[in-house]
Amino acid sequence: MLVLEQLAVAYGPHTVVKDISLSLSKGQIGCLVGPSGCGKTTILRAIAGFEPLAGGEISLAQGVVSSQHYHCPPEQRHLGMVFQDFALFPHLTVAENIGFGLQQLSRTEATKRTRELLHLVGLPDLGRRYIHQLSGGQQQRIALARAIAPKPEILLLDEPFSSLDAELRESLARDIRQILKHEEMTAVMVTHDQFEAFTMADLIGVMEHGRMQQWATPYELYHKPINRFVADFIGRGVLLPGEMLDGQQVKTSFGIFAQSYLANLQQGEQVDVLIRPDDIVHDDDSGVTAKVLDKSFRGSHILYTLQLRSGDEVYCLALSHHNHAVGEMIGIRLDLDHMVVYPRIS
Amino acid sequence: MTERSRRFRLDPWRWLVLVPAMLLAVPVLMILLSVLDPQWDVWAHLRQTVLWSYISNSLLLAFGVGLGALFIGTGCAWLVSQYHFPGRKYLEWMLLLPLAIPAYIIAYTYTGLLDFAGPVQSQLRIWFDWRYGDYWFPEIRSLGGAIIMLALVLYPYVYMLARTAFREQASSLQEASRTLGLTPRQHFWRVALPLARPAILTGTALAMMEAFADYGTVQYFGVDTFTTGIFRTWFGLNNSLAAAQLAALLTSFVLFLLVLEQWSRRKIRYYHQGQKDTQQPRRTLTAGRKWLVFVLCCLPLLFGFVVPAVQLSLWALATWQVTLDERFMQLVWNSFSLAAMAALISVTLALVFAYARRLKRDWLVLIPVRLAAMGYAIPGTVIAIGVMLPLAFVDQRIDLLAEQWFGVRTGLLFSGTLFALLLAYSVRFLAVSLHSVEAGLHRIRPNMDQAARSLGCSPRQVLWRVHVPLLRGSVLTALLLVFVDVLKELPATLILRPFNFNTLAVRTYELASDERLADASLSALAIVLVGLLPVIILARSMDRH
Repeated sequence: MLVLEQLAVAYGPHTVVKDISLSLSKGQIGCLVGPSGCGKTTILRAIAGFEPLAGGEISLAQGVVSSQHYHCPPEQRHLGMVFQDFALFPHLTVAENIGFGLQQLSRTEATKRTRELLHLVGLPDLGRRYIHQLSGGQQQRIALARAIAPKPEILLLDEPFSSLDAELRESLARDIRQILKHEEMTAVMVTHDQFEAFTMADLIGVMEHGRMQQWATPYELYHKPINRFVADFIGRGVLLPGEMLDGQQVKTSFGIFAQSYLANLQQGEQVDVLIRPDDIVHDDDSGVTAKVLDKSFRGSHILYTLQLRSGDEVYCLALSHHNHAVGEMIGIRLDLDHMVVYPRIS
Repeated sequence: MTERSRRFRLDPWRWLVLVPAMLLAVPVLMILLSVLDPQWDVWAHLRQTVLWSYISNSLLLAFGVGLGALFIGTGCAWLVSQYHFPGRKYLEWMLLLPLAIPAYIIAYTYTGLLDFAGPVQSQLRIWFDWRYGDYWFPEIRSLGGAIIMLALVLYPYVYMLARTAFREQASSLQEASRTLGLTPRQHFWRVALPLARPAILTGTALAMMEAFADYGTVQYFGVDTFTTGIFRTWFGLNNSLAAAQLAALLTSFVLFLLVLEQWSRRKIRYYHQGQKDTQQPRRTLTAGRKWLVFVLCCLPLLFGFVVPAVQLSLWALATWQVTLDERFMQLVWNSFSLAAMAALISVTLALVFAYARRLKRDWLVLIPVRLAAMGYAIPGTVIAIGVMLPLAFVDQRIDLLAEQWFGVRTGLLFSGTLFALLLAYSVRFLAVSLHSVEAGLHRIRPNMDQAARSLGCSPRQVLWRVHVPLLRGSVLTALLLVFVDVLKELPATLILRPFNFNTLAVRTYELASDERLADASLSALAIVLVGLLPVIILARSMDRH
């Protein structure tokens, strides 16, 4: 449905993204995350046809739409886009906005499709309003409705929730995922917020400096980040120093663990082991104890910052009725069902 | 005494607004009230003779100018805002330059260039060996000529507003229409133009108001319009009431435009909500088209500014040794001191009104301020009549009473003096200064007052340490704008000036009317040069935008 191969985009002599390959099949939702300036929006704009390619190619269902030598104009790509600022047309009503891309349809069909979409996004009565009469969340829904009205093959969303407040974001993200799944829409979203990506996406790509670091499912990204950058960017965690005993085992201040992931490490090599807050279980019976340095209350859970005997700091996510004071020693146990190890960078 | 009436009585701000605002509203009200005493015989005479030509010429002039300004202004604004082409950066602000040239000056300059004895026709006769009557040449002194002249200097109103409207359209809008299947051309017609329409309409309405108000050009070209008709009815038929009634009819046309303009402005506000100002990148053009666009954008600048400015300079160079005399210096002094006085009065009033609006947010302040600021839409000729009627009446009464009681005749106390002129200018240009001052005051958020107070400033200190420095720029701009507008103003000055009191504008007009075009060039050039100042300010604020 959507295939990017070795994609590269340059502004003048300056290469912004390079060597991007990914693919989505019909109905899948992909997300690009990364710090600002990593090139994620550029990829989206290249797919839409607003940026020419410096290398590689982009294929949609209709075939190759962008390559170094060929550029299909955006209006012929048959894709929908939801913009960061929504880009709704202020001189048109809500219904006229939604119907804007339906010029090929007859008037009655267009009206029918418009009404259908107003229902789909849950705003059936707002068709006659003007854009300035809508709230931010409503504008967002209309922007989505307008983009999917012509039944595009692929939908592009550029930071669609960034101008909304936090509470609205999550519920909207869930609603929109449902709508996209209902319409069996293939979609690519760009965001800098990983939780948005977790809510929306089937596949997530983490980008840094114009390169794709990892393209994987949310579960894989969190639990098997391919490198330090991804491990650091996605979720919370610490890297605990350790040493390889042989090709299979790592020794840390927590004890010795068998490792099953990332094999090519030598005996005696200094490494770091990724420990997520949920890898450390609070257990009063455990012989291993650690000192509470800091705590932050998260409702159902408390996130503790702990100091091990060795002096290393780790996070621990405990149920919130295990309430301990700062300075207290608490028992903990490591519950790793997969281990992520990186060679130490000296 | 009720709470409300007590507040009303004690509050000095309300009186500070109400009294001058009513004074400024009197001229326009007089014009409107004049219809209560219809001068049937004069109207019957007018109807049989010139009334229809007044109406049709005025309407044709206004719509012709509106259409011309719309096309030139919108076209240039679109090209300048969308494309890269040679000299774009300079043309972008230079296209405002024609604003510096008053319509009557461009009209007589082109007459000098294009009439039978002018350089263009003379050269043609030499080249082709033609004689008088051998060939046809378009007559510049005609309605069509007047339309072209006015459109050439008024299109910047449309250009300025349309350019901003096009530039402010977020780039995502164009991208949105392209992902929805529109070509760039379709985007222009279905999105970009409709979005800019309120701005374009506002500019066009302003240009049309100026066209209705024009006196110098149509008088010089011998085209009968309302403004020349008002002059003729007053001074020819000697019927001031009938002149006022004609003025009332003209005012009703203008008020229609004013409503259109206000309505469009409100729309502009709606159209600019919720869009980030990510400016769209300009598109590149092929080499051939690049130069075509360049030439197209140069044409209005060439004909609206360069040609008349060069011609004026040539004339001035040829005649300055004769024309640059003591009399000319007297003219400059008269004009400048008059304009400076008017500017001071107008800006003082604007400051009072703007502060009253800030302190008292109710209709008792709002409505008088609005009424007083309406004058900018009213043609100078109309305002002059509206000022003349009541002042002449008051003068007569005072004269009569003084003779009865004290046996002295006081003569003309108000009507034939600078007071009348300054009142007319205040009515006409208050809106200009008010707009500028209000914009400046708007930047000083109420929070800033509170912040300063919380940091230990007394209200007086707040005024000196926060307001004065922040307002200085807009007050200076307001002073300059009114100064230049007064300097250029012709019809009101012509009617109301004291006997033997001449200004640059009046002298230019008189010399041009006597066909002494070259002699008029020095004062005309002086007006154009001073007129450049506000245009430069405009251009600079445009760049900052």
